Amino acid sequence: MSTEKSYMPEGAQLKAFIDSRHRWGMIWQSVFLLATCIGILALTALIYNVVDSAFGLVVVEDRIDPATISTRPLEELSKDELVAILQANLSEGAFNKLNTDQPYTSRSKENVLEVVYERVVRREVEGSYSLTDSLLRRAEIEQEVAQENPNAKLIFRSWLTPQFLTTPMASKPEFAGIRTALLGSIALVMLTMLFALPVGIGAAVYLHEYASQSFIYKLIETNIYNLAGVPSIVYGMLGLAVFVRALEGLTSGAWFGVTDSNGRTILSASMTMALLILPIIIVNAKEAIKAVPDSFRQAAYGLGATKWQTIWAHVLPNALPGILTGSILAISRAIGETAPLVVVGASTFITVDPDSVFSKFTALPIQIYSWTARPQAEFRNIAAAAIIALLVLLLTMNASAIILRNRFSRRSY
Amino acid sequence: MINVASATQTHTNGHANGPVAIEVRNLKFFYGNFKAITDVNMQIEEKRITAIIGPSGCGKSTLLRAFNRMNDFVSSARVEGEILLHGRNLYAEDVDPVEVRRRVGMVFQKPNPFPKSIYENIAWGARINGFKGTKADMDDLVERSLRGAALWEEVKDKLKESGYSLSGGQQQRLCIARTIAVKPEIILMDEPCSALDPMATLKIEELMQELKKDYTIIIVTHNMQQAARVSDKTAMMMLTPDGKRCGTVIEFDATNIIFTRPKDKRTEDYVSGRFG
Amino acid sequence: MATSTDIQTRLATTSQLRLNQLTKKFRLGESVIQTLIFTCGAISIVITSAIVVVLGQEAFLFFSNPEVNLIDFFTTTKWSPNILQFGIWPLVTSTLVTSFIAILTAMPLGLCAAIFLSEYATERVKGLLKPTLEVLAGVPTVVYGYFALTFVTPFLRNIFGRETVEIYNMLSAGLVIGIMIMPLVTSMSEDALSAVPRALREGAYGLGATKLETAIQVVVPAAFSGIVAAFIIGISRAFGETMIVAIAAGAGPKLTLNPFSAAETMAGHIVRISGGDLSYASLDYESLFAIALLLFVITLTLNLISRYVVNRFREQYE
Repeated sequence: MSTEKSYMPEGAQLKAFIDSRHRWGMIWQSVFLLATCIGILALTALIYNVVDSAFGLVVVEDRIDPATISTRPLEELSKDELVAILQANLSEGAFNKLNTDQPYTSRSKENVLEVVYERVVRREVEGSYSLTDSLLRRAEIEQEVAQENPNAKLIFRSWLTPQFLTTPMASKPEFAGIRTALLGSIALVMLTMLFALPVGIGAAVYLHEYASQSFIYKLIETNIYNLAGVPSIVYGMLGLAVFVRALEGLTSGAWFGVTDSNGRTILSASMTMALLILPIIIVNAKEAIKAVPDSFRQAAYGLGATKWQTIWAHVLPNALPGILTGSILAISRAIGETAPLVVVGASTFITVDPDSVFSKFTALPIQIYSWTARPQAEFRNIAAAAIIALLVLLLTMNASAIILRNRFSRRSY
Repeated sequence: MINVASATQTHTNGHANGPVAIEVRNLKFFYGNFKAITDVNMQIEEKRITAIIGPSGCGKSTLLRAFNRMNDFVSSARVEGEILLHGRNLYAEDVDPVEVRRRVGMVFQKPNPFPKSIYENIAWGARINGFKGTKADMDDLVERSLRGAALWEEVKDKLKESGYSLSGGQQQRLCIARTIAVKPEIILMDEPCSALDPMATLKIEELMQELKKDYTIIIVTHNMQQAARVSDKTAMMMLTPDGKRCGTVIEFDATNIIFTRPKDKRTEDYVSGRFG
Repeated sequence: MATSTDIQTRLATTSQLRLNQLTKKFRLGESVIQTLIFTCGAISIVITSAIVVVLGQEAFLFFSNPEVNLIDFFTTTKWSPNILQFGIWPLVTSTLVTSFIAILTAMPLGLCAAIFLSEYATERVKGLLKPTLEVLAGVPTVVYGYFALTFVTPFLRNIFGRETVEIYNMLSAGLVIGIMIMPLVTSMSEDALSAVPRALREGAYGLGATKLETAIQVVVPAAFSGIVAAFIIGISRAFGETMIVAIAAGAGPKLTLNPFSAAETMAGHIVRISGGDLSYASLDYESLFAIALLLFVITLTLNLISRYVVNRFREQYE
């Protein structure tokens, strides 16, 4: 045995060999770490890109010199003085219409100022620059503007302002806001959850409390798994055929006496979205219900409670935190979905707030989509601002879901 | 009745009569601030089988894993004292644990062959350790290792099959084969038969007697009869009486002495089954 | 006035009643609720059936139209509804190209990240990195589309030149889809890697293997079925992705394998057409359902294959 040749390195050779293996180990460890960081890098690039477009210098040209309307700068005037300027410079019809849309008494000063800029001064944005350009190439930009557009001024503008959130859509990007889109999204999500939550929780209750490990159980489970993997646009097609077209009577409100709408309503959209997020809710609710210790149930049964009484009074209340967390995750998903809404007939230009479930609808992602697709550069800016609004909304929701989850997981039974 | 292996030497506690493979000096082992093992001093003789016995939880496995630095994977593990392999401290600053594990092999409690073919299970260890040779050389190595583990006749026609197609005892012998394929000096065995049936256990115990001609073996076992049957020297471990859950070697001597005329009363109580 | 016999009778009847009450009582409320709950449970089956029926019905109408030929649908290569050409290949090829680019991006990145998280990262680092990757998964696809159009495309145009790279191109969309599905791939792969028992790693370390050798040559092969499943699910997600391609890849079906050129995928086409003027019961309307049916079948098949792979080849370490 000891005379046989050993084919493996020994001594100094062994040391060198092991060292080279360690070197390769280090190299690949860095590669693996790099891969993990690339994802984070991409996220950073995305955020940078969006923020870059949402703030920056804009080249504005005032068709009418503000000095001819008011001796003092417009920003310094009070709201009443601004309203007076409107009255003096607009036709009576236009002035009254603005009042009907939203009474001057209820408008903020910034809002009236915006209107003055839009209607009286007729300020137009001729061009915009990204944040990095605005900060780094300021002198160059000023030169450029002075050459090409001597009448114009260079102002630093944040495209994301409180007005942006409260102003409805407009055809000019500098005066458009996401009010209708935001309200649309909120209304949509609330209605979606109204449909999806009871059904989802019911299905989870069925799967965990009532169903035996039978064929039906496996079938339903497989179905839920498959539905979770169906592309969202297929749900859109389903909604289009069933809710918008086949059930047009219901979704347009014709059955309820509403006459001037069609099937492309908030109702159709929310029912479609409910189908989409159902698997998420079911899976999360099932986990939450599963986590409720069996001893709770046994105690209730032991006292003579029926199955439903036990579930309603003991299981569900204790599963509530988990269900809540799951709901928030589902809402996050629903708020970001675009494709099914487009298919179901989202409108891209609505200026009035939604007033009933049978009204036309739009949503924040739809607005972003429509603005991104336009060629003019300023639409990119407001799309970026809208994206920031959407991301902040999502971040808040996910953060609250995580906080909720942590708070309630510390609770010990 | 306890079967006693024939004693060829008489020893005083701890000192060897033959060449020493591993010497343990004042070993203390910590997990963070928790001291798991204290004051271990022993000399493991070359090409002999040394058993470590004792009640559960007294640190036998921790001591065994200290010999091939497997404890390094626990981030809070810390060693004081020395373990010398042929004079070199395994825990010295400049010693590479990877090299240590090449020289000190390990067979685990539950057989854990790789999800590869029987051939690959053995070839892989050799390859990553720098095996340079032709396919014929590798075939040769695989055959030698399987013969050395008394498994060749049973698997020679199905080398390409998965390691999991073997029975428990065969899997454990496969693990032994892959261990000896990289030519270690020491083989550590952590309760290697506890997951096996008596027939398989017997096969492995016979195998150990063959293996000790070429390798130094240290085995941890909670089966006293096995220790008595198989080993030349036995170390008895127990928790120190101060209640701090720290283990130490209370007696280390020839196996026949440990099992017939132990010097420590606690050893006597344990081997006669009065507790543990 | 109650006589003793009255009382006795009453007592007898009461105990009789009590005995009767031990028998099963039909509770109407309970039954109703049970039926409702069962309906909720069965809804998933209803939805799946509805998808199949609805898509199938419209697709059937589409194919039974004399202008449309099933064979041509699958064999010709021009999709121009105006001139009644309905060959699906331009749309399918574009979908394949973008998905291929996506998975080519996501798979290496995702697997490497998964190996790092499961084999190298400490609990603390893991706790920091995993949620960050989850955030990536939660970003809405419109935002990714915006990113692809306004950041990635100009970037690519700077590198490869404005002549080669069109403003709308498949490479941009593919790369961004890849970034979007990377967290999914990482998460599934990491689960598979973590499920490999520690004993296997110890066996490798015991032979003197380094961490890298153990991770690549023992753990990854052991988790292979889970990793393959992650890969297939990733492809399925990429196939069904709509908004990123709608914004960044271009409008108009085009049969091309050039990733720098614009083209329209199946989902992108559906979204563009349905976003415009569409009358029910028109050929255009029905054609969308045919495409959607094909998309549904492909993604469903991929998902089922993934599940099968996991169940059938789940490595037996025991």
